[in-house]
Amino acid sequence: MSENTRLADMMAEKAGLVSAIVARIKTLDEAFAYTLDVCDKKEACQLLPSGCESDLSAEAGALCETKLGKIIAAPGLSADQTRAFGEACTKAGVEFLTEGMRSHLAGIDIGFTIAEAAIAETGTFVLDSRSEELRLATMICEVHVCVVPVSTIRETSFEVEDYLRQLAKDGPSYVAFITGASRTADIERVLAIGVHGPLELHILLLED
Amino acid sequence: MQTARDLKEYRGELKSALDNEFLRTAMDNFAVAYRASRAKAFAGMDVDGLVRDIAMAKDQAMARMDELLAEFTKNAEALGITVHVAGTGQEANEIIGRIAQNANCKRIVKSKSMTAEETLLNHHLEDLGLTVTETDLGEWIIQLRHEGPTHMVMPAIHLSRFQVADLFSDVTGTKQEGDIQKLVKVARRELRAKYAQADMGISGGNFAIAETGTIAICTNEGNGRLVTTLPRVHVALVGLDKLTPTITDALRVLKALPRNATGQAITSYVSWMTGPSECKAAPNGTKEMHVVFLDNGRRKLAKDPVFSQVLRCVRCGACANVCPVYRLVGGHQYGHIYIGAIGLILTYFYHGREKAKNLVQNCINCGACKAVCVGGIDLPRLIKEVHARIQDEEGHPLQSSLLGMVLKNRKMFHTLLRSARAVQKPVTGGTPYLRHLPMLFARGQEFRALPAIAEKAFRDQFEAIRPKTVNPKYRVALFSGCVQDFVYPEQAVAAVKILAKYNVAVDYPQDQSCCGLPVQMMGERESSRSVAEQNVAALDPAKYDYILTLCASCASHLKHGYPEILGPDSKADSRLAAKVRQFADKVIDFSSFVRDVLKVEASEFRVDGRKATYHAPCHLCRGLGVTEAPRALIGLGGLEYLPAEEEDVCCGFGGTYSMKFPEVSAELLKKKLANVEKTGAELLLTDCPGCIMQLRGGLEAKGSAMEVRHLAEALAERLK
Ligand code: SF4
Ligand code: SF4
Repeated sequence: MSENTRLADMMAEKAGLVSAIVARIKTLDEAFAYTLDVCDKKEACQLLPSGCESDLSAEAGALCETKLGKIIAAPGLSADQTRAFGEACTKAGVEFLTEGMRSHLAGIDIGFTIAEAAIAETGTFVLDSRSEELRLATMICEVHVCVVPVSTIRETSFEVEDYLRQLAKDGPSYVAFITGASRTADIERVLAIGVHGPLELHILLLED
Repeated sequence: MQTARDLKEYRGELKSALDNEFLRTAMDNFAVAYRASRAKAFAGMDVDGLVRDIAMAKDQAMARMDELLAEFTKNAEALGITVHVAGTGQEANEIIGRIAQNANCKRIVKSKSMTAEETLLNHHLEDLGLTVTETDLGEWIIQLRHEGPTHMVMPAIHLSRFQVADLFSDVTGTKQEGDIQKLVKVARRELRAKYAQADMGISGGNFAIAETGTIAICTNEGNGRLVTTLPRVHVALVGLDKLTPTITDALRVLKALPRNATGQAITSYVSWMTGPSECKAAPNGTKEMHVVFLDNGRRKLAKDPVFSQVLRCVRCGACANVCPVYRLVGGHQYGHIYIGAIGLILTYFYHGREKAKNLVQNCINCGACKAVCVGGIDLPRLIKEVHARIQDEEGHPLQSSLLGMVLKNRKMFHTLLRSARAVQKPVTGGTPYLRHLPMLFARGQEFRALPAIAEKAFRDQFEAIRPKTVNPKYRVALFSGCVQDFVYPEQAVAAVKILAKYNVAVDYPQDQSCCGLPVQMMGERESSRSVAEQNVAALDPAKYDYILTLCASCASHLKHGYPEILGPDSKADSRLAAKVRQFADKVIDFSSFVRDVLKVEASEFRVDGRKATYHAPCHLCRGLGVTEAPRALIGLGGLEYLPAEEEDVCCGFGGTYSMKFPEVSAELLKKKLANVEKTGAELLLTDCPGCIMQLRGGLEAKGSAMEVRHLAEALAERLK
């Protein structure tokens, strides 16, 4: 077994333990198609128990009403990737955003990102979160889909240390380690997913 | 929060906590589940090595706190962060209040920060007319209830879903049901609105990394990511103890912290923030970022030779998770703001003697906290040390100084015990138990029968039974401890019988006295030291191969306590210190000696197939790390071993503790007995006379037929 395969398998196993949904893909186009499929199958703010159906205070309820239709946000892509994914979204009738997250705080359906690195032993991916749009997109979405290029997977956190240090030395930075969906056990220690951020996390292992 | 003015009021609080059914069940479930998930999270890892590395790195870092602060400040300022240092909690609050006012902020969202709890930041900001919303779900819940956290990681662990539903009904103005998944979603939507409106975010910081000027925070909910992203101003309030030299140091702690806290390999989110990030709500597109460091006694702590190690704490909360007393009484009774074993200590340093003085007495010294601390902090010892300091400052209570005085004088102590035997007749009614305790000692003791003083002390029987050996295999000095000497001499007699059979020369130096643990526990340092010296003089280690004791508490105190009390760091001269080292090295517990040194074999014992279960004394399994020998001996000795649940949880004896907090002691005993009775064994074996006193007393009080024996007795009875 090659080292890459071993790490990819470990990544898949460990991420699965924290209820991330893991799939393997060969191209970015596959990732776009996968994401649109997830988007198609989910019903915005209804199927997933995101709180919209609950009785809320007037303020919180009002925020909820600002969202219409389905939205995918992918703020961190290159120009080419943005064009390709944007076109696919338009064709599927889904609104595609790369900015303006602050006017969608009520929620978007999917946040799409590509990770810089990953840590297999904990099922963690590493996101350069310098862009505010990216930070918000991955928090206000109900589903976060993240592509992890297999070549970037390392076994331990100590192997991404140099990356962290380099970024920090290059000026202001904001890096996130993300492992599983947003979770809490604050009420009677019962696990509940999606208290603030995504209710679902998909990891697409890209064989590159 | 601790508001009790004296021990009596504090006991009242404990009583009502013990009566809280929901709390009790919740905490029980948690304690059991936590143990399993922690073990799973660390499976296959070298935990001891990791703890050692963390402890060493932390100690080195804390020794150069100010240097790290300067390095952090230089790097952070170069990135555009404003760094502040606050001497006190009040100062920190004022700094943050001013930042808010200068930036014209009105609404604040906060992610969890124990440091902000420590300074009572919210009160201050609210007094300034600012609106503050906690966004960590647990913190938000307790904020709505206007109370403090009951756990450092799970602040609302004491509340039921129905209590939360009631709170949320008030917030939303509509009736909410007790469905946890729904309640969480209500919080999601309600809090989202708060983020949208906030102009300032306040976070804590798990790490302030000097080499890069990075603040890193760990959250599961992801609220930290929103709090540090949406508002145009970000303030991180961080204790000076969170200064970390390098990213490597932070990653090392990160390997242990979530595993120890909740049994997770890592938290869902770890955010590494280096300098002000992009923020579209800020006038120039970049966030205004401040780091406020809090001293509040940390600099002084860093220089304290005894207490500096408390700065290793990473706030994982594990020392509360495993504490049997915390499990019974909950966080509001087991800490002021910081909770659990570390809370008992930090309360004294961060919130003062008044808040700490009752709390700090409520530790039964079982060592469970020390065994799981990822900083390797010697929590039980430091708790006793705080107690001793408070007594030195406030004056020692009469009982405690009396005991100290008596113990220092062995002859007086033993004369007292002997005369106690003479006067106890009217209260024993001729049975081996004290039936009617004089009122003074009887408070709350109904849960167990207390033993009477034996007819003839072990020290007075020894010469008659001393083994006659030629060319002995080993020379052993027996240290009996008070309980075996005066209450249960038959246990030591049984041990001598076994030693004789294996050709061991035994000596019982008559000048030995109490090991001193009871006075150490009561904060009587002076007499604790004095008896230690007497015992080291009485049992000259050069003359023996081993110093053997059948009492787990004595053994662990002789082995680990003495080198601390009389070791190189104490006032003792170096000759004494070396002798104490030699003394401590020779101390061995009965089970290890019999199994590992004598190497007894099953063929040497009669098999009668009786079923026996085991209680692991705290000071044996954790104090000395002896877990296999006693269990193996049960089988070797011809008995069938039936393991009990939670074998290594404290029985509630804790020496003088059980006199001071009888309600807690009784509850611990009740749980312990329920677990041993569930096994269906006829015999309960253990290897500590103190535990035997507690266990036998409890079984006698409830009229159970189960027999309690010291392992030495069980073996001696079956020796062929
Ligand atoms: S020694 Fe035992 S009782 Fe004392 S704080 Fe630690 S766990 Fe709790
Ligand atoms: S003292 Fe140790 S166990 Fe307790 S919270 Fe701190 S690091 Fe965790």
